Amino acid sequence: MSSVLPVDENSDAVRAKTMPPQNQSQRHQPWISGVLADRIFGFFAKGAAYLTLGLLVGILLSLVVGAWPAIEKYGLSFLWRSQWDPVQEEFGGLVMIYGTLATSIIALLIAVPVSFGIALFLTELSPAWLKRPLGTAIELLAAVPSIVYGMWGLMVFGPLLAEYVQTPLQSLLGGVPYLGALVSGPPVGIGILSAGIILAIMVIPFIASVMRDVFEVVPPMLKESAYGLGATTWEVVSTIVLPFTKTGVLGAVMLGLGRALGETMAVTFVIGNMNQLTSLSVFEAANSITSALANEFAEAGAGLHQASLIYLGLVLFFITFVVLAFSKLLLLRLKKSEGAKS
Amino acid sequence: MVETANAPSASKISVRNLNFYYGKYHALKGINMEIPAGKVTAFIGPSGCGKSTLLRTFNRMYGLYPEQRAEGEIILDGENLLTTKKDVALIRAKVGMVFQKPTPFPMSIYDNIAFGVKLFEKLSASEMDDRVEWALRKAALWTEVKDKLQQSGSGLSGGQQQRLCIARGVAIKPEVLLLDEPCSALDPISTAKVEELIAELKNDYTVVIVTHNMQQAARCSDYTAYMYLGDLVEFGETEQLFFKPQRKETEDYITGRFG
Amino acid sequence: MNAGSVSKTTTDAQRQARYNSRKRVNTLALILAQAAMAFGVFWLIWILLETVRLGLGGMSLALFTQMTPAPNEVGGLANAIWGSVVMVVLATAIGTPIGVMAGIYLAEYEPRGWLAETTRFVNDILLSAPSIVIGLFIYALVVARLKSFSGMAGVLALALIVIPVVIRTTENMLALVPAGLREASYALGTPKWKVITLITLRSARAGVLTGILLAVARISGETAPLLFTALSNQFWNSDLSKPMASLPVTIFKFAMSPYENWQELAWAGVFLITMAVLGLNILARVLTRQK
Repeated sequence: MSSVLPVDENSDAVRAKTMPPQNQSQRHQPWISGVLADRIFGFFAKGAAYLTLGLLVGILLSLVVGAWPAIEKYGLSFLWRSQWDPVQEEFGGLVMIYGTLATSIIALLIAVPVSFGIALFLTELSPAWLKRPLGTAIELLAAVPSIVYGMWGLMVFGPLLAEYVQTPLQSLLGGVPYLGALVSGPPVGIGILSAGIILAIMVIPFIASVMRDVFEVVPPMLKESAYGLGATTWEVVSTIVLPFTKTGVLGAVMLGLGRALGETMAVTFVIGNMNQLTSLSVFEAANSITSALANEFAEAGAGLHQASLIYLGLVLFFITFVVLAFSKLLLLRLKKSEGAKS
Repeated sequence: MVETANAPSASKISVRNLNFYYGKYHALKGINMEIPAGKVTAFIGPSGCGKSTLLRTFNRMYGLYPEQRAEGEIILDGENLLTTKKDVALIRAKVGMVFQKPTPFPMSIYDNIAFGVKLFEKLSASEMDDRVEWALRKAALWTEVKDKLQQSGSGLSGGQQQRLCIARGVAIKPEVLLLDEPCSALDPISTAKVEELIAELKNDYTVVIVTHNMQQAARCSDYTAYMYLGDLVEFGETEQLFFKPQRKETEDYITGRFG
Repeated sequence: MNAGSVSKTTTDAQRQARYNSRKRVNTLALILAQAAMAFGVFWLIWILLETVRLGLGGMSLALFTQMTPAPNEVGGLANAIWGSVVMVVLATAIGTPIGVMAGIYLAEYEPRGWLAETTRFVNDILLSAPSIVIGLFIYALVVARLKSFSGMAGVLALALIVIPVVIRTTENMLALVPAGLREASYALGTPKWKVITLITLRSARAGVLTGILLAVARISGETAPLLFTALSNQFWNSDLSKPMASLPVTIFKFAMSPYENWQELAWAGVFLITMAVLGLNILARVLTRQK
């Protein structure tokens, strides 16, 4: 075979060939340390993984151990006892559990439809130039720390809610038998409704961005075939996109629920921190597990008070664990079905 | 069962009864061959015949993937690569590989070349400069990059990147060079340059090249192995295999009756 | 168009009617979706505007130079800012190596093994677990044992929040590195740990860095885990074994109080945190886009 190398390369080639090659014996052998280094590195990597597992176990253990005095004394009845009296050393978690669940449910009732609308807008309706900035705006909103929401809720939103929503609602429904009870209580902008609304605003960007990611998984060809048949946007979404992504949508909702249940600051500012459940009104001050912990734990003396608070923490952790595990399973299922279908 | 005409003089790599499995799939069936030293050997065959698989056993690349496994013997310098107690990294330093897709490391051109060298040798700064220059000259890339050695490797064109990878492979001075379809991602001009390189390289190394391009095999190699569905069908001097194949299957493939 | 039979015209009219009602439904749905979008953006703008309005008013040099005051006295947030900076930096320094190493394990060593699958699952739980529970854990582990609140406990609590975030992003970014790059490095005889650190990790460094930045942004705004670990401190403190002030906890305390000057300082603090968090997030985005 003849090479057709340009003249320059030829002289380079000549030069290259005349360089003395180093032979094998000069190759040094760092491999004793090489293999050892590999082992050490792998050990640390694996160890870090085990550490993560250990964290979960550690958290569970410390919660159980810390709550033990209360678990011993009340057992499961803690969950439906509503007395909370540090002086008399009588504790029950019903008020806080109710507050946590009620605020989260209100939050979801508002957040899910709105998030759905936002996800729908971002994937189907938005003009291309708007998609990126709006999507970014939603994601940034999800990054704002909850203390900002809480404080804004207390200082800005609460008073407005009191003036423009609570007072009119009270004068409207005051006399009505059941609904009246729901809106009774001092209209000062705190309570379960306030906390629920703030929580909703906080959780919306979170659920919306997961839903949007889930909607974008739908193969465009599937949607195009529907459009091609003359379906309207809404019909494509409701008959093609939603059924395809329903497990993912549910997973997104559960993720948002998990977030709402565990949220502290957005709720603590406006929930009122009252450990009594005197009425069913959503305007009354109440308490949630996280705000009870936030307000009372630092001063609670070691003993039944602290143990009861930790018991509450354990209950919360358990609830969020179940919700999160469920949502993860659902989102995994969606990923698998997407892989199979595409 | 393999037809070998004109057995080569000295063997660099001896393959004896090699079987290879991807999980349960039997990909290579009882391969026996002798790779001659200091020559270019080409593996040809239709897609899925196992030529890349065979190539990748020579530097134990399959070892990265737990479901892949090899049985048999691959003797290099008197040692069986498959069962040796030596660290696999040392084997890979002896048997270099260039892949189908150019894969420049995320660092400067200089560092790309120096990376492999630093693993095994302690060179002074000027010695390293010399080695880098030598490798780039060998790969016919020096004049094109000598003024931008500190620039990132990914800034080069496809053909240049592939030559960079070749330079990277020769810089550590292996004894064998494995090329896995090195030109399939390149334009014709770069391909021609790389083929010239291969002719050069065989002066210092034993070269094994996998190619789906029969003309390339005919142009570049001294010996050719034709494989089909995991079997080694025929192995012999390139001229002889292409002009007077001993097996009908070989003839069918070469004349384009299939594949 | 005037087709022959009566039945065909009727069908046309029926079709038209059906289409009209479908169109109405569609328009309604789209209007609602746009309303939802506007609803979401509205709150963002309002909250940010209020934060800027009320917070900017409290901004002054004194904020950074004076300590947190007693009620109704003049002061600043210097010790809170300092405490936050110290704790965030240390928590990142502790949590990042652990998170990166675990992420490396998940992506580079037996990604489908039982340890990896379990770790991924556990990590996702930890990622979304209530941060106040993390605080409880560190309380039991550190504060109760040593019988005192401390800045170090706060650092540990924040580090436990950093770890899951970094694990998730590191694993995802490493998995994106093409197999060919790794193989090319192995082919040169590189030992595994060098392939990971010098080639794979390096190739993914922008994404991994982004993950770390996002973790920093997250813990900068976290209040709950600090409430009973680092507690708070009225004065300047650099001693990690003692309670330490932090911006979020200070804001919490001041905002819930009835004192006006405290509330003003709380708004200024909120403004600072929001700007820092948004800034970090935007920086992280710019980094990803550059890659």
